Amino acid sequence: MATFTLNINGKKQEVDVDPSTPVLWVLRDHLNLVGTKYGCGIAQCGACTIHLDGTATRACMLTVSSVGNSEITTIEGLSENGDHPVQKAWLEVDVPQCGYCQAGQIMTASAFLEKNPNPTDEEIEMAMNGNICRCGTYTRIKKAVKLAAKS
Amino acid sequence: MTLVKTKIGRRSFIRNAGLASGGLVIGFNWLASCKMTPEQVNSLPKEWFELNGFLKVGDNGMVTIMSPNPEIGQNVKTSMPMIVAEELDVAWKDVIVEQAPLNTDIFTRQLAGGSQSIRQGWESLRMAGATAKHMLKEAAAQAWGVSADEITTKDGVLTHEGSGNSAGYGEMASAASSIEVPEEVQLKDNGDFSIIGTDKKNVDGKKIVTGKPLFGLDVYREGMLTAMIVHPPAFGMKFKSMNAESVKSMPGIKDVFHFEAYPDDVEKQWSDGGGIPELVAIVGNSTWECMQAKKALEVEWEEASKLESTSYHNEALAALLEKPQEVPARKDGDVEAAFKKAAKIVESTYSAPYLAHNTMEPMNFFAHVTPEKAELLGPVQTPEFLEKTLVSRLGMPAEKIDIMMTRMGGGFGRRLYGTFAVEAAVISQKMNAPVKLVYSREDDMTQGTYRPSYKVKYKAGLDKDGNLIAWHVRGAGTNDDLIFENRFPAGAVDNYLAEKHSLQTNVTTGAWRAPRSNFIAGAEQAFMDEVAEAAGKDPLEFRLELFDRAINNPVGDPEKNDYDPKRYAGVLKLVKEKANWGAETGKARGVAAYYCHNSYVAQVLELEEGSDMPRVDKITCAVDCGIVINPLAARNQIEGGMIDGIGHATYSAMTFEDGRPEQSNFDRYRLMRHSEAPKNIEVHFVDNGIDPTGLGEPSLPPAIGALANALYKATGRRYYKQPFINDKAPLVG
Repeated sequence: MATFTLNINGKKQEVDVDPSTPVLWVLRDHLNLVGTKYGCGIAQCGACTIHLDGTATRACMLTVSSVGNSEITTIEGLSENGDHPVQKAWLEVDVPQCGYCQAGQIMTASAFLEKNPNPTDEEIEMAMNGNICRCGTYTRIKKAVKLAAKS
Repeated sequence: MTLVKTKIGRRSFIRNAGLASGGLVIGFNWLASCKMTPEQVNSLPKEWFELNGFLKVGDNGMVTIMSPNPEIGQNVKTSMPMIVAEELDVAWKDVIVEQAPLNTDIFTRQLAGGSQSIRQGWESLRMAGATAKHMLKEAAAQAWGVSADEITTKDGVLTHEGSGNSAGYGEMASAASSIEVPEEVQLKDNGDFSIIGTDKKNVDGKKIVTGKPLFGLDVYREGMLTAMIVHPPAFGMKFKSMNAESVKSMPGIKDVFHFEAYPDDVEKQWSDGGGIPELVAIVGNSTWECMQAKKALEVEWEEASKLESTSYHNEALAALLEKPQEVPARKDGDVEAAFKKAAKIVESTYSAPYLAHNTMEPMNFFAHVTPEKAELLGPVQTPEFLEKTLVSRLGMPAEKIDIMMTRMGGGFGRRLYGTFAVEAAVISQKMNAPVKLVYSREDDMTQGTYRPSYKVKYKAGLDKDGNLIAWHVRGAGTNDDLIFENRFPAGAVDNYLAEKHSLQTNVTTGAWRAPRSNFIAGAEQAFMDEVAEAAGKDPLEFRLELFDRAINNPVGDPEKNDYDPKRYAGVLKLVKEKANWGAETGKARGVAAYYCHNSYVAQVLELEEGSDMPRVDKITCAVDCGIVINPLAARNQIEGGMIDGIGHATYSAMTFEDGRPEQSNFDRYRLMRHSEAPKNIEVHFVDNGIDPTGLGEPSLPPAIGALANALYKATGRRYYKQPFINDKAPLVG
């Protein structure tokens, strides 16, 4: 066990965990930030996507010891009142079915749009390809990303 | 208006003191503990008045409607309360929706399965709203000294034009709660609907996009332990021994033990399906610590029955296709005689592998079992059956068992089998502590309950004019006999023979979204295309000819046929018009239609040009599911179902080597991704005012046939084996 001070959603948080613990489980089990989801544990499905210094990152394979002073943003910290343009677009298009993968989809989309504010359909698909949606909301996700890009 | 007796399910409408005083509902209301938005908090009433088990009206006119059925992404948590709100005549903006716990005294069929929630809940949901409205009107009539019949309602306001009186529901709620529950209530005419048939967004949408705790895996309780299981690595193996002691001393680990989830004396329900009888539990403080212990634990397994491989399943199913069924499932006319005089014969065999459900949220459940009571909370599609199993397994009466459903990160049939909840309860009982059981993705994908592997052989005979004179289908599946003998084209062909076999195997299987239909529709509709081609006819017109036959001169007893040929033909005609079928688009197109879960769906699917596995450019889909409650969510279900069908038929498979699953995570089990999904989807509903039928499943099965038929047009090759990505043309030269 070791103590780590993490910078999460603009707040310093101290945790005492095994250094090999992935950030996913630190968030979920130790800080009760359960918006970041467990889906595969091997960075294949994207359900656990967070921002690490603004870059979309898979929290399931990111060990707590490797984070250092980097800034972590989770779905809970993406916006104050759930009014980030991507969140608003998701609601406007009524994207979710079961909803489980959507936090990860939103985190990938929001980091992507920061870097590419006017993407083509192909660029959206390539950026989102690491996020699986088992309910098949893909067509609406693309619509929402395009809508968010406009605003 | 229709007058209906409220006697059916009448106990649902008896005011329940336990509920009104905050017993089960309030005590259990984990979901409502999620932070409310400021607007919601400000608009909360000071006092609630329960008018029946489905709803309560606040003194300010807000209405809470309980959604009785489990929510797995099929959106019943929005659409079921919409039906109550419609008959109650309350504005949708004034409605708060809560998930109801399992309560068999109030609700019937609290089950998510078979696309039946809306169809079977239709009447009771309407009665719940209409009954409460009646009581509010009676209360107003008494207060104003007028006849209740003269009072009108709209958007939560009662009005008596003659006297000029008017009041909000909130003002009458207290008085209404002591009005006698009516014997009969009037239901609205379809033409008077103002909520049903309008787009309403997902009631959990805001919580989903802001990451609020909603799902089973998100459950947290003070003092809660985490548990994981270790199950046999292969079907046919069972537990022998393990090195538990060395693992027990690992950091954060509380206990490691072998247990029987299902000892022989447990009275099992169908929902216990493929439950693994013996398991190892690892219990600790956190998920990661349990995962580490799981890696370190060495378990010795022993062979208990045959270790089966995919090659064995394929050979055994193929052998069954050569075997006649002793008594055929259905036989009209004489197929053999017809084949002898046929001008043309078409014959093809189709196959599909096992599939895992792979809900994005792996199996999990929270349980807190003490000698006094059992509290269970989590994602399960069949809470009522779970309760029955727990009564037997825990040795506790049902009154001491409380079950609450969380929102579920997908179901697809897997959560019909609440084996994981039984395991959680047994582990909690042993630990005498609150426990959350968590399956790893690997546990989830390799535990079984799969969509069966299937094979089917078709043979059709055509006369010299291209008329279908004989149809023979023989199908087989693992632990499942596949064929619906009374579905189309039964009733449309003079000589018809349907035969079916089941291969008993120890790889456990279960219902997977649109059971059986999820394979047989694609095979049948692909074969229909081959037959139409052999007949020299347009595939869509060929199908319509057959429906004409079934409408005008059905073969056999039409009551026996499990479909309505008029509605079937109706969706084909609608999709023909909407997709402009027959017009030259220059793109490869396929058509398919299917009936299941009481609904009819037809699709025209169009492919992009290019590679040997071209992408779907557009699907035009026509649906007859009767009255559409929430068109927005209905379109979402239809879209998702088609993507599900196309994705799995193209990419997915579970295979086995000596009983061991060869895929255990999304690195080797391929699911459709963004860049492979259909680019455009258009959905059209038949507007016929018939009572609503299923929506969660019916769009999936035909999509596979439409894809196969379009692939043929694009590549010149028929696709017989799923997943299609592996069904490559043989290398020539």
